[in-house]
Amino acid sequence: MNISDLRDHLCATFPDLCPLFSIEFDDGVITVERDALYAAASNLLEFGFERLGMITAVDRGEFFEYVNRLHSQSLSASISLKCALPRQDARVASLTSLWPAANWHERETYDLFGIVFEGHPDLRRILLPDEWEGHPLRKDYHDERVIKRPDYI
Amino acid sequence: MALIDRLGNALDRGSGEIILTSMDAVLDWARKTSLWMMPMGTACCAMELIAASFNKFDFDRHGTFPRPDPRHTDVMVVAGTITRKMAPAVKRLYEQMPDPKWVIAMGNCAVSGGIFYYDSYSVVRGVDEILPVDVHVVGCPPRPESLQDAVLRLREIIATESIAPGARYDRPLSLPGGPCSTGHDASGDEPSSKCGGVG
Repeated sequence: MNISDLRDHLCATFPDLCPLFSIEFDDGVITVERDALYAAASNLLEFGFERLGMITAVDRGEFFEYVNRLHSQSLSASISLKCALPRQDARVASLTSLWPAANWHERETYDLFGIVFEGHPDLRRILLPDEWEGHPLRKDYHDERVIKRPDYI
Repeated sequence: MALIDRLGNALDRGSGEIILTSMDAVLDWARKTSLWMMPMGTACCAMELIAASFNKFDFDRHGTFPRPDPRHTDVMVVAGTITRKMAPAVKRLYEQMPDPKWVIAMGNCAVSGGIFYYDSYSVVRGVDEILPVDVHVVGCPPRPESLQDAVLRLREIIATESIAPGARYDRPLSLPGGPCSTGHDASGDEPSSKCGGVG
């Protein structure tokens, strides 16, 4: 299903999601407010995006951009679900109850970005040791053990 | 030459009943020729480690084959990047191996951290931060021949070891009839003095 068919189909099924739909780099993106994320995600699951590909985040400085990639075998389509989270208060609803695959992705995003997923059944670090301090993929992360690459390399 | 032939030659040189050698020579020979390997493969070097064991390179002819159980093995081959989270597990596996035991660091990541030396928050810069490494193999990844060469180097190291604590010979020991006592030939000369000295 191409991108315009997907938009038309989505607007016909869920008119609430229609104004949130945009196209970035020939790819469908739904940008929602933080409080509306869970409802939008459950609508998309109902719409036919039965597979969750990944959850990650981007450090945009002022805020974190939550990125969620959804796929549909039945519609033969993919879509991104995005949401801006304030840096000082990075919390968002967990989607583990909708897609069980979200469990470890959310743990990873918590581990590396420090985003707290509310309602997650087991939110603890997954890649780094449990006693690790800080969240390394944040731009302001500092670790004195890291050796900076010299300029001449 | 097979061991049985070498021992036969040694018996022929004596009265046919007695072989004289040292405990160190026998133990070193036994240890160096059956180095069972603990394959600690954590990254892409493990592919070369696996290839070294299969029929094209045939590690088994050196008496080395992988055994995924630390309690059965003599040499741990650390093949791959060791992260700070993995390091305690590697150390614990090493501690479960029975003495005597050796470590080969295979690949740049295990030697020094490799491409993760700079700008990485999670990688141990060389497995010798946590384990006593005997042989380092560079490469990204090394060829299977490099790993086999490392095992042969390790055999040279083992051949100089003594059961006396801290003692070490200055040259490899050899069993009777071995390459270091080839002075016995048809001319009946005494054994060459270039082998087997105690350092």
